[in-house]
Amino acid sequence: MQKYSAFELFKRALGGHQGWERQWRQPALKPAYDAVIIGAGGHGLATAYYLAKEHGVRNVAVIERGWLGGGNTGRNTTIIRSNYLFDESAALYDHALKIWDTLSQDINYNVMYSARGVMMLAHTVHDVQSAKRHIHANRLNGVDNEWLTPEQAKEFCPPLNISQNIRYPIMGAALQRRGGTARHDAVAWGYARAADALGVDIIQNCEVTGIRRDASGAVEAVETTKGVVRTKKVGVVAAGHTSVVMAMAGLRMPLESYPLQALVSEPVKPAFPCVVMSNTIHAYISQSDKGELVIGAGTDAYTSYSQRGALHITEHTLDAICELFPMFRRMRMLRNWGGIVDVTPDRSPILSKTAVPGLYVNCGWGTGGFKATPGSGHVFAHTIARDEPHPINAPFTLDRFRDGYLIDEAAAAAVAH
Amino acid sequence: MLIINCPICGPRPEIEFRYGGEAHVARPAGTETLDDQTVADRLYMRTNPKGLHFERWRHAHGCGKYFNAVRDTVSDFFVTTYKAGEPKPDVAALLKDQAR
Repeated sequence: MQKYSAFELFKRALGGHQGWERQWRQPALKPAYDAVIIGAGGHGLATAYYLAKEHGVRNVAVIERGWLGGGNTGRNTTIIRSNYLFDESAALYDHALKIWDTLSQDINYNVMYSARGVMMLAHTVHDVQSAKRHIHANRLNGVDNEWLTPEQAKEFCPPLNISQNIRYPIMGAALQRRGGTARHDAVAWGYARAADALGVDIIQNCEVTGIRRDASGAVEAVETTKGVVRTKKVGVVAAGHTSVVMAMAGLRMPLESYPLQALVSEPVKPAFPCVVMSNTIHAYISQSDKGELVIGAGTDAYTSYSQRGALHITEHTLDAICELFPMFRRMRMLRNWGGIVDVTPDRSPILSKTAVPGLYVNCGWGTGGFKATPGSGHVFAHTIARDEPHPINAPFTLDRFRDGYLIDEAAAAAVAH
Repeated sequence: MLIINCPICGPRPEIEFRYGGEAHVARPAGTETLDDQTVADRLYMRTNPKGLHFERWRHAHGCGKYFNAVRDTVSDFFVTTYKAGEPKPDVAALLKDQAR
């Protein structure tokens, strides 16, 4: 792998930038692999990278129906935080947050992680109580989170409207200073390049059409549009399409796939210093380094694989943005789009072995999977390589729905849903 | 925004409705003897198909009644809607009719 550095940049500039290598190969599908990952999004590529790097499993294929990073990895609003209520969630998301800190150095790719602070607004007495409960729970788990008065919130984020004359006045906010954003595409590209350099084959434009099982029920091969691949281990990291892929192995999943929309404005000069989220009035916003305001909405009401949602959902979100930040009222929106998010009943992910030997699943990230990308890949690679979960993802089993050990972040309302 | 045909009130915009999840998920009989997996299947496991989906809707800002619908989850096209309690319609025949 060609190492990226300031010196390298200078050297290549002298040659008119002609000497750069391709970031990853376009290999042909081999007839057999030690492990196959279905889905080349951030989580799938991270899984392959850590399989190769930490567990020495390098004969790995990552199979992608479209192009890498073209699903929810390229469609989310890039928010990173770990202020979840329950111990299990805090451990999982904070594991990821710690990896974000040094990820760019580790994979030699600038993922533009920016710990600019994530501020979650409280508009009602219930919000205040819930936010403070989260702050105390987070602190017990060693996760930073602090309470701000409306005035302190405005000091941290000057565009914020803390007037008492709006429909849902701001009563305070919870601030996680280590939270922030990263460049979503760079995360997928960086992991792809690093995994490729370790020998992982990334096969794009190749749809999985079946999962073959032997007489004992264990996984023996994956059927794709580019041929059959023999493998003993399959990791499904297919986000919104997980139910479809798992059905190929005869498994039903506790998942429903919903459209989730986001939109960006025209680019403007730096005007917005942090990330602001409001679960109560369903809006979240940050400003990208390109200058666009990146705005996320809530999910649409119904399940769908259409990758688009209804306009009234984004309209509702923009109403909230305009009220919270009156200075953006005359901004024009450039693009909006939808992704398909796989939502579990308890709004916590599933990183688990399954009833089928050799079949592993990483799904159910719902509306907030991007932030967990490095941690998710790290513990899922452990699960696949050792055939047993990492202590951090041990609670996130598929069996928890049968056994009643839900990790009920849905009730905790830590996420906008 | 979707236009949804309430079997009682007729076609109305989506914002009048509440989505009610997968339809025809029957509560298994003999609750006291059921094993955990059967209960979990009913409570949590969903078909989540990419294609035709049998689902419940409630006309919350209209007649208030629950009804069932068949929708293609790829195109969001409603094949048909029918009253709660009625059996699953013959979707293949309906699609053939609509194609004609």
